[in-house]
Order: sequence, then C-alpha cells, then structure tokens
Amino acid sequence: MNNGICRKTTRISDYILKALIYLSAIISVGILICIIGYVAFRGIGSISWSFLSTVTSEINNTFGILGNIVNTLYIIIITLVIATPIGIGAAIYLTEYAKPGKTVRLIEFTTETLSGIPSIIYGLFGMVFFGKTLFLGTSILCGCLTLTIMVLPLIVRTTQEALRTVPEGYRTGALGMGAAKWYMIRTIILPSALPGIVTAIILSVGRIVGESAALLFTAGSGYYLPKALFSHIFKSGGTLTIQMYLSMERGEFDSAFGIAFVLVVIVLIINTLTKIITNKMKKGA
Amino acid sequence: MRAKIEIKDLNLYYGANHALKNVNMDIPPREIIAFIGPSGCGKSTLLKTINRMNDLIDGVNIQGSITLDGEDIYDKNVNTTLLRKKIGMVFQQPNPFPMSIYDNIAYGPRIHGIRKKAVLDEIVETSLKGAAIFNEVKDKLKKSALNLSGGQQQRLCIARALAVKPDVLLMDEPTSALDPISTLKIEELISELKKNYTVAIVTHNMQQAARIADNTAFFLTGEMVEMNRTDILFSRPADKRTEDYITGRFG
Repeated sequence: MNNGICRKTTRISDYILKALIYLSAIISVGILICIIGYVAFRGIGSISWSFLSTVTSEINNTFGILGNIVNTLYIIIITLVIATPIGIGAAIYLTEYAKPGKTVRLIEFTTETLSGIPSIIYGLFGMVFFGKTLFLGTSILCGCLTLTIMVLPLIVRTTQEALRTVPEGYRTGALGMGAAKWYMIRTIILPSALPGIVTAIILSVGRIVGESAALLFTAGSGYYLPKALFSHIFKSGGTLTIQMYLSMERGEFDSAFGIAFVLVVIVLIINTLTKIITNKMKKGA
Repeated sequence: MRAKIEIKDLNLYYGANHALKNVNMDIPPREIIAFIGPSGCGKSTLLKTINRMNDLIDGVNIQGSITLDGEDIYDKNVNTTLLRKKIGMVFQQPNPFPMSIYDNIAYGPRIHGIRKKAVLDEIVETSLKGAAIFNEVKDKLKKSALNLSGGQQQRLCIARALAVKPDVLLMDEPTSALDPISTLKIEELISELKKNYTVAIVTHNMQQAARIADNTAFFLTGEMVEMNRTDILFSRPADKRTEDYITGRFG
C-alpha cells in the first residue's frame, strides 16, 4: 500500500541539519568547559591561603592578591551604589512617565550606542574628565565614576525591558483603584520588575569584574590594603582583572592563572546567587 | 428617583476619531445597566469615561458633562483618587496583582490610608464575602492570588473593587474571558450586588444583558441608539437598528 499513513519518509537533509545543530551545541558548550577546565588546571596550583590572604610585599616576602580582592569589592559596591538608583530612575522615567516620541527614541538610541562602545573609550574619557578635570587623579573613585557611565546603559535598558513586561492589567487595575501613579509604580510595577532589575545589577557586576581597559588609567593598579575605610577611595586601586593583566604582561602566568581561577569562581558564585534570588522572587510573586 | 449618574451631551474624540456622539443617559441608583453593541461602538469607551480612565490616554478630548450625585466628575478640582474610590472598576481580563489574596483586597484601603490590621482584616473578610469567594479562599489568604482559577480571580477583582466601599461598579465585559460556570457565578454575584451598588456592565453577550440587567442601552458607531427597561428593549425595540442587532442580523 502506497497511500497509507505509516510510510516512513527519510530525508538526508534533515539528518545533516540535525547533526549540525548537535555539533554547534557541542562546540559551544565544549569550548566553555575546556576554558574553565584549563584555567582551573593551571590556576589551582597557585591558589594557597597566603595567595588569597596577603598582599604582595618584598619586606614580608609574601605574594598575594588580597589587596586586589578588596579593591574589586570597593569598585563593585561604589559603582553600583551610584549607578543603580540613577539607572532605575532613568528607566522608570522612560517607560512610565515620558511621552513616547522623538526624545525618548533619541535617549534609547543613545543608551543603545553607549552600551556598544569599546570600554577603552570610557577609560580615556574617565581619565581626562574625572581624573584631570575633577582632580580625582588615579583613584578608585575615578574608576567607579567611569564604570558608572559604562554600566548605566546596561542597567537602564535591562530595567526598561523588565518594566515593559509588567502586564498592562496591573497598571489599569491599580489606577482604577484610585492609586496615584508613583504609588502604583512603587507597590506594583517595581516589585513585579524586581527579578529583571536584579538581573541588571548582576550583569553590571559581571561587567565590572571583567573590566580592565576602562580601569587601567582611572583606578590604576595599586594593590595595598586600605588604611582607612573611606579615604581608600581616593587611592589608586587595581581590581583582580587589572592585576591579572599586569601579571600577564610580566610573563607571570602562574599567578595570572591563579587570579583567573579566582575570577571564574567569583562569576560562577554571582550567577548562581542570581538564579537563586530570581527564582525565590518569582515564587514569592 | 434621582439618577445616580447623569450623562449630558457627551462627546469624546480620540484625536480625529469621534468615538462618542452626543450621548445622554441617566443611570438610576441600585440597578444594573448593560451597555450592548458591536465591537467599536463606544460602549467600553463610555464606561471608562465614567471613572476617568480615559484621562490616561493621549489625545483624548471630552466634551459635555457627567455627574455623580450631582457633582461634575470632570470638574478641574476633582481628585481622581477619590472619584475612583466611589466608582470602582472590574476589567475584562481578571487582573489580580502579583501578591497575596489578602494584600490584593487590602490594596485599595491602603491607598486611602487605612493601615490598622484589625480594620483591614475586617474589610478583607467582608469584601471577600461580598464577592462570594470567601469560603473558597479563607484558608489561603496569604497565598498568591495568581494561583486562583480565572473565575476565582475575577471574583477576587470584584472583591478588591468592593473593598473601598464604592457607590458604583463599572464592569468591562467581566465574564468574556471565563468559562460558563464561572460566568454564571459572576452573574449571580452581580445580581446580588445591585442591592448595595449601582452597576454598569459592558457585555458582548445579549443573553447576559437580558438575564441580569434592569436597563439596557444599545450603542452603534459611537451613538446611543436606544435605552430602555431591558425586557422592553429586547421585546419591543423602538429603533430598527436595535431590532436588527438583537435579532442577530448583524454584530
């Protein structure tokens, strides 16, 4: 019988395409695993308690990255403290208040362009503007302000996406109850958009941790521990990534891989935390 | 009997589109009025005009007057928060907020400054009872409202609207997204509500209007063609266009 429905059709092109798709998946996952594996393999040997808990010093004859870890934390926290409120505020303005039109499209186009600019350009601008014009020199604060400009577009855009996915029914519902606009945003819109906003912050942390070009000439490469909590922000301070760059430049590949391993672990921890937090918040909603 | 809401010479434009043409209507208190008509006839627009939800749309121009108990709701001194406290609204798609059942109901009272837990507890219970959903949810008030079924969500939204003790309830096709059983429950509920509230309901479903409404108004392309007691409008329509619509010749 030739007109039944059980005839098996095999097309070679289907098989080839299927094979290619599997191959692409294997390549992309494989490369990632290879890199992480290689970094771990080369780096784990350099990791020791003194590597993580001391500062490089000729006098004490120690070699360690604690100063860079502290600087990284400084830069992450200060940058986020400045960038997050501004970014979220701008996103709220653009999605909830501004009348759609030329101005909004111009701002959105600008933020989109800004997020695609090579980070060395932010570094150049930061060095000249914050460093020279505002007399911040090469300091952690100068680096943080530079990074603020760099991550702002990311925060604005991701938050905007999150705000746009809040169902229109929540808005009409709240306004129909007599809620004032800001009350509605505070009680309904922001909580619903929170997972997206957290994602924006995490992505920013990722960019800050991975940044070198924008920081090299703004925050510099200092590796000392803070002498005082606050005044440290006016000192030069290199992040882990900067230290890694310097190590590579000097051909110290063992310590470079050690730092790389620490960075990979930090990024993995951050991503896992994000997943946990967003899942929890989604369940809570 | 004095009208609860009086609409006089109401014209509404969305930009160049003349969406409501010279609408005049008296809505009597503690009765149900249904707005029927084909899509795009202006019935939902009229409903949204009554609690000024159209204010939020760009390019809307409204002329004429709407009064609630004799007060012009488009007066420039009107506080829309207080207006919407008196005139609550239930939407086509059930839209509970992504929070607990309790917080959904307490949302309105909190807008109006009620913070005391004992008072809120009381409001939540009476509102849920008023919307005939209390027994189904009384053991899970702290659970998310989004886990309820569509019909339960819609009754929750009605309860949420009742929580601010409105005078008038506007309902924009409240059952069109629901199954027949849930629809029946909501219809029973609406019939119950008219003891205490004035209800205006937009519906696509003429049987629904016939089942629950005391008065029915028929709209066509922005005009109110005819309004009458529901049984009269459906049995002896005065206008040919009404007759054509209710006998299913178009729409």
